[in-house]
Amino acid sequence: MFDIPLPAVLAQVTIGLINGCFYAMLSMGLAIIFGLLNIINFTHGAQFMMAAFITWIGLNQLGPWLGFPELQLGFWASLVVAPLIVAAVGMGLERLLLRRLAHLDHLYGLLLTFGVALVTEGAFRHGFGVSGQGYDPPEMLQGPIDIGFMMLPRYRLFVVVASLAICLATIWLFERTRLGAYLRAGTENPRLLQAFGINVPVMITLAYGFGVGLAGLAGVLAAPIMQITPLMGGNLLNIIFAVVVIGGLGSISGAMVTGLGLGLIEGITKVVYPEASTVVVFVIMALALLLRPAGLFGRET
Amino acid sequence: MKLDILGAAAIAAMAVAGTAQAQGISDDVVKVGVLTDLSGIYSDLAGQGSVVAAQLAAEEMGGKVLGKPVVVVSADHQNKPDIAANLARGWFDQQQVDMIADFPTSSTALAVMEIARQKNRVTMLSSGVATAVLAEKCSATNAQWTVNTYALAAGTAKALLKDGKKSWYFITADYTFGHSLEKDASQIIAENGGEVKGVSRHPFPGTDFSSFILKAQGSGADVIALANAGADTVNAIKQASEYGVGGKQTVAPLLAYISDVKSMGLAKAQGMYLTEAFYWDYDDRSRAWSAKFFEKTKKMPTAAQAGVYSATLSYLKAIEAAGTDEAGAVMARLRQMTIDDAVIRNGRLRADGALVHDMLLLQVKKPAESKRDWDFYNVRAVLSGAEVYPAPNPACPLNKS
Repeated sequence: MFDIPLPAVLAQVTIGLINGCFYAMLSMGLAIIFGLLNIINFTHGAQFMMAAFITWIGLNQLGPWLGFPELQLGFWASLVVAPLIVAAVGMGLERLLLRRLAHLDHLYGLLLTFGVALVTEGAFRHGFGVSGQGYDPPEMLQGPIDIGFMMLPRYRLFVVVASLAICLATIWLFERTRLGAYLRAGTENPRLLQAFGINVPVMITLAYGFGVGLAGLAGVLAAPIMQITPLMGGNLLNIIFAVVVIGGLGSISGAMVTGLGLGLIEGITKVVYPEASTVVVFVIMALALLLRPAGLFGRET
Repeated sequence: MKLDILGAAAIAAMAVAGTAQAQGISDDVVKVGVLTDLSGIYSDLAGQGSVVAAQLAAEEMGGKVLGKPVVVVSADHQNKPDIAANLARGWFDQQQVDMIADFPTSSTALAVMEIARQKNRVTMLSSGVATAVLAEKCSATNAQWTVNTYALAAGTAKALLKDGKKSWYFITADYTFGHSLEKDASQIIAENGGEVKGVSRHPFPGTDFSSFILKAQGSGADVIALANAGADTVNAIKQASEYGVGGKQTVAPLLAYISDVKSMGLAKAQGMYLTEAFYWDYDDRSRAWSAKFFEKTKKMPTAAQAGVYSATLSYLKAIEAAGTDEAGAVMARLRQMTIDDAVIRNGRLRADGALVHDMLLLQVKKPAESKRDWDFYNVRAVLSGAEVYPAPNPACPLNKS
């Protein structure tokens, strides 16, 4: 790989970082949900996809559906609205279904969420087909800028900044605020926390909503980059699960660090031997599990 | 020992019965099975639309051939060869299916072709496009009706080479179909004085193509050729425009259906060359048939779907001419016919199963040129089959005689 010029390597590392940002955001949501609900959330990819579709629908379909063709929900509005809708739907799912499985083995939650994901994907496929829809970035973020060693699309730069900010804010929320302390206490000993007068079931619902909302945010950010198709989330989910497992199930900052790290490793693999770029993630997963079965940042219990 | 002899006698008796049935229509019904992707990534370019296309062909024959009813059945093979093989066996053994059409993903086609050959039934590929079906595993009861990777690559590559675009970089989906497209295109490029500067193979399906696009951009090649399909192609094109690929560099998808262009939008796709077996707005006949299709599906047909119509129609006509639905007789008839319908023009079915016919070299319109929805292409040239189809592959035993 030493005959590859430095700018090319830098460019690939930058791209790796961008992908890593998506991995980080998605895997943090998964880690939160697993940490607090003990649920392996297989609907995560479908929720990511739903947010992207809501973004597209807001711009192209909502007006005509409501009878006001001029009405459009732009990218910035979607950035707020879509994650909220996805979170609300997610909280409904938690209240109606997931709650009933809370005391059972992980496997039941996994099967349920997997089923819900299949149904959701199927419904979108029925409604919108599989070829997908295109979505342009907001005008002020269109076009590339020259950053010395590569042409970086403005929008991708925005994604990096935005998702890093979101990830750091999430960590701050969970590790530095009173709400975060409650949430963490809820995972340790829900009965005791309830004895202190905290409404634990509501808190769990909110936590699920938050985790799913992160997937929604990632979905909106992904809409201008990827073709919006019902299968877009499912394709990413394999890697996201690997990230969470490597980072240690339930570790929030671990998910962020691992997400970014794997993005970078994947980027570098694409320079050296692109055919292995998907495999490398799973090789690392296998190694991590052999050496630290609880994950790099997980706690052995 | 005695049992063995009895068994042999029974088999011999069955074989005699088999030949005796050769005249007329077996089971008093002609059943066409559309084996396709009804739920996955290829369900827009083939899928339900292919089923509708087969039904349109049956309707055109009045729902009958030689006085017996024509029935169209369909199933989802989920792009998996094992599922396709099981469905096909069930169809052949229990449901009297005489011909199976479509096969998005060539691996499913290869699996079913072999079964059909053993059971003396017909397969007609429309969305299954790898040239592998014309090589060692070619079958006398198979026809690759609509197009193959070589013809697709030849049309687009020759047009671009003629424009002086000599150096190429491939972004290839890392599986049979992608490799087949890349290999066929590379051969054509080399034969026509071009050179291949590099190849990036991406895992299938891919979501992020940035790093491959950067490499291709950095290679300075005139053409960035996409040897992939469906969502991969669309994502790669979208992301290429994001990274500012353009100017001297051309992005050339080697396989893109009208459903892909529709989802990408003309703004991103404009100016690209495509090779297709069929375009709905080509002439009055294609428009008339496409209007019928549109009425049922609210979409214009892709070349793959239109190909299923043409294959089914020709199959039924061949049965009529042969006076039987016995596979060998029908295939012999098909090989004598010149295929000329709303979809396929100047088609001749070769011994190895390639239907050699005219192809269209298309260029995607600018958004301003497009007068209505689905008005996407300018037809730049009609390429004769001889120009774009590969020579018969000596590896195919059928090409020896």
